[in-house]
Amino acid sequence: MSILIYAESAEGKFKKVAFELASYAKKIAESTGTTVTALTINAGDVSELGKYGVDKVLKVNNDKLANFTAKAYADAIKQAAEKEGAKIVILSSTTDSLYTAPLVAVSLNAGYASNVVALPLSTSPFQVKRNAFSNKAFNITQIDTDVKVLAIGKNSFGLVESNGAAAAEDFAPSISDADFGVKVQSVEKGSGKVTIADADVVVSGGRGLKGPENWGMIEELAAVLGAATACSKPVSDLGWRPHSEHVGQTGKPVATNLYIAIGISGAIQHIAGVNSSKVKVAINSDPEAPFFKVADYGVVGDAFQVVPALIEKLKAFKAQNS
Amino acid sequence: MKILVCISHVPDTTSKINFTNGDSEFDTNGVQYVINPNDEFGLTRAIWFQEQQGANVTVVNVGGPDTEPTLRKALAIGANEAIRINANPTDGLFVAKQLAEVIKTGGYDLVIAGKESLDYNGGMVPGMIAGILGSNFVNSCIDLKVDGTNATAVREIDGGKETVTTTLPLIVGGQKGLVEEKDLRIPNMRGIMTARTKALQVLEPVGADAATKAVKFEKPAPKSAVKLVSPDNLDELISLLHNEAKVI
Repeated sequence: MSILIYAESAEGKFKKVAFELASYAKKIAESTGTTVTALTINAGDVSELGKYGVDKVLKVNNDKLANFTAKAYADAIKQAAEKEGAKIVILSSTTDSLYTAPLVAVSLNAGYASNVVALPLSTSPFQVKRNAFSNKAFNITQIDTDVKVLAIGKNSFGLVESNGAAAAEDFAPSISDADFGVKVQSVEKGSGKVTIADADVVVSGGRGLKGPENWGMIEELAAVLGAATACSKPVSDLGWRPHSEHVGQTGKPVATNLYIAIGISGAIQHIAGVNSSKVKVAINSDPEAPFFKVADYGVVGDAFQVVPALIEKLKAFKAQNS
Repeated sequence: MKILVCISHVPDTTSKINFTNGDSEFDTNGVQYVINPNDEFGLTRAIWFQEQQGANVTVVNVGGPDTEPTLRKALAIGANEAIRINANPTDGLFVAKQLAEVIKTGGYDLVIAGKESLDYNGGMVPGMIAGILGSNFVNSCIDLKVDGTNATAVREIDGGKETVTTTLPLIVGGQKGLVEEKDLRIPNMRGIMTARTKALQVLEPVGADAATKAVKFEKPAPKSAVKLVSPDNLDELISLLHNEAKVI
């Protein structure tokens, strides 16, 4: 019996969430006296996983799995879980992992809880705390099946280093043609830009910015902070910014370290979507804007003056602190 | 083409969320219910297939009699018929097993369910249906075209999108992008009148165990008041973000 994590990688390099999952799994393993096994698919050097508590790595290298395919990946995860006798299988909340997790759960006859935000409250009965009602509440879910599948919410558990070394082993799950009923034809990915999913900082603009021509300063502020850009729903509905930038209850959820809302009044649906962010800053000329009620820090002022000034000061700060 | 659209009956997005009975149940008092937004995008796309390609659209929901107005609304928007599975939707796996049964019996070619509901945010029902039935499955779908038994879908990925091809029968986890916000339909009087005469079939659930249960709910701790910084003193903001919040 061990705990299995699926350690996600892109172009051979582990994503940060892989180390978060390892840290999370290690904590459970320590309290229940077991070990952590990581499944990797077409990853390069796996030794780094040991630093975050992984005891054993099952390395899959298979050209058929070059593109993410939910069913084939679910099949590999299932076989790894069975090989290890894993009772807890942990995935992240990337789009790919959330796609494959329910398939894994069904194939292992496992109960599944997503959006998990903390270590299990108890392991017998097995209870976890998760986000529900679009971040307006938490829900304690009890999983009653023998095998449990968890998807850990973005940024809800930090990195914890431990001084381990992972033993790597090649693993060749049997992947059948039936796993490829959905075939990837093409992938379009913005290059060089930080995505909302991966970003530690998100700079977001609302209708207060008056028009798409004024987004230059939002992009510049994001560039200074190494941040992703986002926008409110009206801004995407008006076509000022692409839908992929829309964050909120019906858009993308944001759970980042720092969320800066500029010219966003803070409709309840917007706040629900971004409320899991650790630190929120509001910049708005209207002191009554609802976003100030949920923000940690606020500047009441004209964004067209505040943002350029902030960019200059941040540049100076970065120059001093780098 | 026979399409099944799975509908969740969820609190309106502006609802205040409270709990009752020792924080073990959602407080429905004064709450307005709507079609789950992710499902409504799927329903609207299904109506498009009905109008453009002659598809027949059935909507289905797992819930008590109180959820029927939500199904009637889906009929008023244009669905041909509705099914209500008369059971309390205890967890995602239970709901997926009920829906899988309806799909098997009804022989649907295309099943669209929202990628997640805005109440429990489980994000598991479409995937579990696909797992149970062994059907092709595309999640986070933002565009869908069907030609005979072939389908081309676009799915959202972190930082971009991916185009895939597959075949029917197909399960889709839908969201905004399947249609745009402006394409959503408000039922007109004629639609509402016709909806009253359309078939709404009530089925009893098949025996299935839930794998999980919601034991308790908690509201987030109240937040301390915002720290306001003068626009003339942005150095202070940077210092707070660096020294106090430690995020830059």
